[in-house]
Amino acid sequence: MHWRRRLLGGLALVAVLLTTACEFSGPQSAMSPAGPVAQAQLDIFMWTYWLSWPVMILVGGVLAYALYRFRAKGEEDGTAIPHQTHGNTQLEIAWTIIPVILVVLVAVPTVRTIFASEYRIEREQYTADDVIVRATGYQWWFKFEYPNEGFVTANEMVIPVGRRVIVELDSADVLHAFWVPNLAGKRDMIPNQDNQVWFSADAPGVYYGQCAELCLGAHAYMRFRVIAMDEADYAAWVDAFQRGAELTQAVQGDPLVEQGRQLMAQKGCIGCHTVDGFYPGVTVGNPDYPDLTNFGLRTTVGAAIRDNTPEHLAAWIRDPQVMKPGNRMPTLWTADDPDAEEEAAALAAYLLSLGAPADETTASLGGTHGDR
Amino acid sequence: MAIGKLGAPPVVGQPPNTLLTRPTWTEGLFSWLTTVDHKRLGILYLVTSFIFFGLGSIEALLIRLQLAIPDNTLLSPDVYNQMFTMHGVTMVFLAIMPMGIGLANYFVPLQIGARDLAFPRLNAFGYWVYFVGGLFIYTSLFLGGAPDVGWVAYAPLTSLSNNPGLGTDFYMIGLFVSGIGTLVTAMNLIVTVINMRAPGMTMMRVPMFTWMMLITSFLIIFAFPPLTVALFQVMMDRTFDTLFYVPAAGALPILWQHLFWIFGHPEVYIIILPAFGVISEVIPTFSRKPLFGYPVVILSGIFIGFMGFAVWTHHMFTTGLGPVVNTAFALTSMVIGIPTGIKVFNWLGTIWGGKVRFTTSMLYAIAFLITFTLGGITGIMLAVPPFTAQAHDTYFVVAHFHFVMGGGALLAFISGLYYWFPKMTGKLLDERLGKLTFWILVPSFWLIFFPQHFAGLMGMPRRTQTFVPGIGLELWNLLSTVGALIMGVGLILFVLNIILGFARGKPAGNDPWDARTLEWSTTSPPPYYDFDRQPVVNDRDAHWVQKYPESVHGERVPESASEPYDRGGAHIPGQSWYPFVAAMALLPFSYGWLYDNMWVVGISMFVVIVATYAWALEGVGGKHIPVGDARRDADAGHGEGGRP
Repeated sequence: MHWRRRLLGGLALVAVLLTTACEFSGPQSAMSPAGPVAQAQLDIFMWTYWLSWPVMILVGGVLAYALYRFRAKGEEDGTAIPHQTHGNTQLEIAWTIIPVILVVLVAVPTVRTIFASEYRIEREQYTADDVIVRATGYQWWFKFEYPNEGFVTANEMVIPVGRRVIVELDSADVLHAFWVPNLAGKRDMIPNQDNQVWFSADAPGVYYGQCAELCLGAHAYMRFRVIAMDEADYAAWVDAFQRGAELTQAVQGDPLVEQGRQLMAQKGCIGCHTVDGFYPGVTVGNPDYPDLTNFGLRTTVGAAIRDNTPEHLAAWIRDPQVMKPGNRMPTLWTADDPDAEEEAAALAAYLLSLGAPADETTASLGGTHGDR
Repeated sequence: MAIGKLGAPPVVGQPPNTLLTRPTWTEGLFSWLTTVDHKRLGILYLVTSFIFFGLGSIEALLIRLQLAIPDNTLLSPDVYNQMFTMHGVTMVFLAIMPMGIGLANYFVPLQIGARDLAFPRLNAFGYWVYFVGGLFIYTSLFLGGAPDVGWVAYAPLTSLSNNPGLGTDFYMIGLFVSGIGTLVTAMNLIVTVINMRAPGMTMMRVPMFTWMMLITSFLIIFAFPPLTVALFQVMMDRTFDTLFYVPAAGALPILWQHLFWIFGHPEVYIIILPAFGVISEVIPTFSRKPLFGYPVVILSGIFIGFMGFAVWTHHMFTTGLGPVVNTAFALTSMVIGIPTGIKVFNWLGTIWGGKVRFTTSMLYAIAFLITFTLGGITGIMLAVPPFTAQAHDTYFVVAHFHFVMGGGALLAFISGLYYWFPKMTGKLLDERLGKLTFWILVPSFWLIFFPQHFAGLMGMPRRTQTFVPGIGLELWNLLSTVGALIMGVGLILFVLNIILGFARGKPAGNDPWDARTLEWSTTSPPPYYDFDRQPVVNDRDAHWVQKYPESVHGERVPESASEPYDRGGAHIPGQSWYPFVAAMALLPFSYGWLYDNMWVVGISMFVVIVATYAWALEGVGGKHIPVGDARRDADAGHGEGGRP
């Protein structure tokens, strides 16, 4: 009996340590909300969490007490016959009412929160202040269109702090889900169904998102980021995107970048990927593949799985299957191609030059985007 | 009931058709293939379901090893997707649900004082169809890859353009076929419980396990058709190019989710209600008290079953159905917490004032109470749509349903197995090893699944082959994996205990637990005819009242019925080849459909139809047994042996 009690004590201690000493916040945690929608969702969870304690204590306490008090004491007591009670109407009524009260205590705030956080905003209700983004899920990346601003990007959604962001959701193939735990709960992206999620951010920051609906292949690495900026920084970012072609022209001349630009065409990259201004005045690429316009402004590679450094980008281009198994980007070189490393580096240099001078791009990695 | 009263039907000398004569093996392989004895079929169900449980556990262990560390590459995404899909399909359809059905096969007739199920050959057919369905799905591992779309197989992931491999076909056809077996068994159980109760056993005297199986059977009958329709639609899409789930043709893929979950939510009650039944047998027996509030427990079960059909969209809170729909289904889902809470309180009321004996079976029942209560609480949390917007499709949900399905249903069935093993084999399981296993199994179960709540809250979606480092998920996943390895050891000890029990368990006697219901009044294991005399029931807990009448009635012990109900003897059904043949023909049928070979499909269907007709025309068969003690000598060496 002794070791058993010690075991139970140990387990209880571990449980207490785990639940109290640990940090539950994080860039992808529902426990560290950074906007009113996520805050409301956390609040209702915490309400049910605190309500669950008395239930667990009541059930566990009564069970433990009853087991101790009514244990058979030895062989003989185990064959004694206790009073054969069949039931008790008062008790039955009492423990029907207890769960009813608990359910009401949960239900009322639930309904209030549903109608406060899940209503749909129709298009005619959009205001000039709202930021509208059309998000489309693809196997295994996200396309973000800014219809009012008139450009397209991928895997990184930039938003201004404090303004309502309305994301119109669609899918190009199978089900996906749009989920940024810090900002709002998930909403599924379903073909032929106009779904929507809206939220706003309280503070500048980088908030992690991830696809939450099984889409096979590289589903686990189908990630994205929402980057919230101050109003001025956001305006600068939008401006940079709108002038993407212009900025790109500005950096031509660096031999490595120029080699990368030529490879972009030779290797067939532009058959899928759009780069605004690649051929001035001519649009190339396919809208169903990630748009690489202003790639130098991005913070990540491969749908938000690595920081956007020249090394990561070159490694990604060299063999995408290493970093993100199952994804659909082809490997352009055979394993023993002697030119592969150099060409991949050139492509990386070209891509990083898009939207910003190359030196500034590398300098600002990992930092804020505020300078632009 | 009618067996005795009407007198036994005359034994038919020569069957009307002689395609396959009715076999009479009592031992060996053929006796098992042709058996119609509910006890043998119950054992077949239990053994098969535990084999599938072992396979599902191996898949779970591979999943946990892959998720031990971030960015792990042990399993490729493709293999990983197959593993969790097969784990889900196996545990839900091939392991946990058949465990309940297996126990029901064995104990429902015994609990109501019947000699078999109402349709013994249909029962055999049901088992073999389940066997064929499971076998078929598992051969996918060797035939180009298992299903990889999750156990919910959401459209349009299952359409031919998104999933050209055969895995999805294995899923659809396999569940389609095994569903037939589940359906016929459910109908069989309903007819049995309604019609074949012992004289005097009114519905309000039926043991709780049997009651819960009756409710479960109704759930099966109403829940499986929508699933069958949905499976059929997808197979039509994949085989005949229909467009039910092809978005390019304008299809709304959400339809699959509605059809799947209007099956899927009752399905979880199909799994948990038999577990409630087992707990409602174990706790009274080891507390030596009747079940507290018996009518209320039945009513709660019926209410849970009924409401089970009104909550399915709580699996779809994030699909954008709008605040009104989400509110309606949030409220119906929360309401289910009320009857479930009532049941938990009634089990506590049963323990209160009793004489509790801490057998292994009782320990598992206690672990069930705690684990299931926690799973129920997270269930209420998940009935809150704004919270589910965060928790849906994360490890929080994984933790929740493992607490109710694993910690609930599985622990209850293990409890039931320790409870009924002596009845099934006549041998006791080793209690020391049993308790040691318990103290490994249950804490390790908590170690696996409790940390997953935190992983989910911190942003880990389910069905992902790996997770990225640096967002706080490492510790929780590592704890889970360590727990899984320990639980693996526990499960091996559990199997060892069962094998040792078979090999050299101590003799159990008829009633080792001093239990309450009719199955404990016959020998262990019961003879093929179940009872020497047709039991006559005057009270709830019939066997207990027979043993200790004064504990229930005080001094006024009622006279038992003087007239024996079976003075004419009883009729025992005979073995048959046809259920086995008809079920086995569904195997080539499935492969024919899989490989689009309509000739094989046609010929297999022809065999099924011929076998079914021959089965119908086979005649009564079986044999008549005289009453009482003379029975044992009369038929030695003939027909069903009944003993494992």
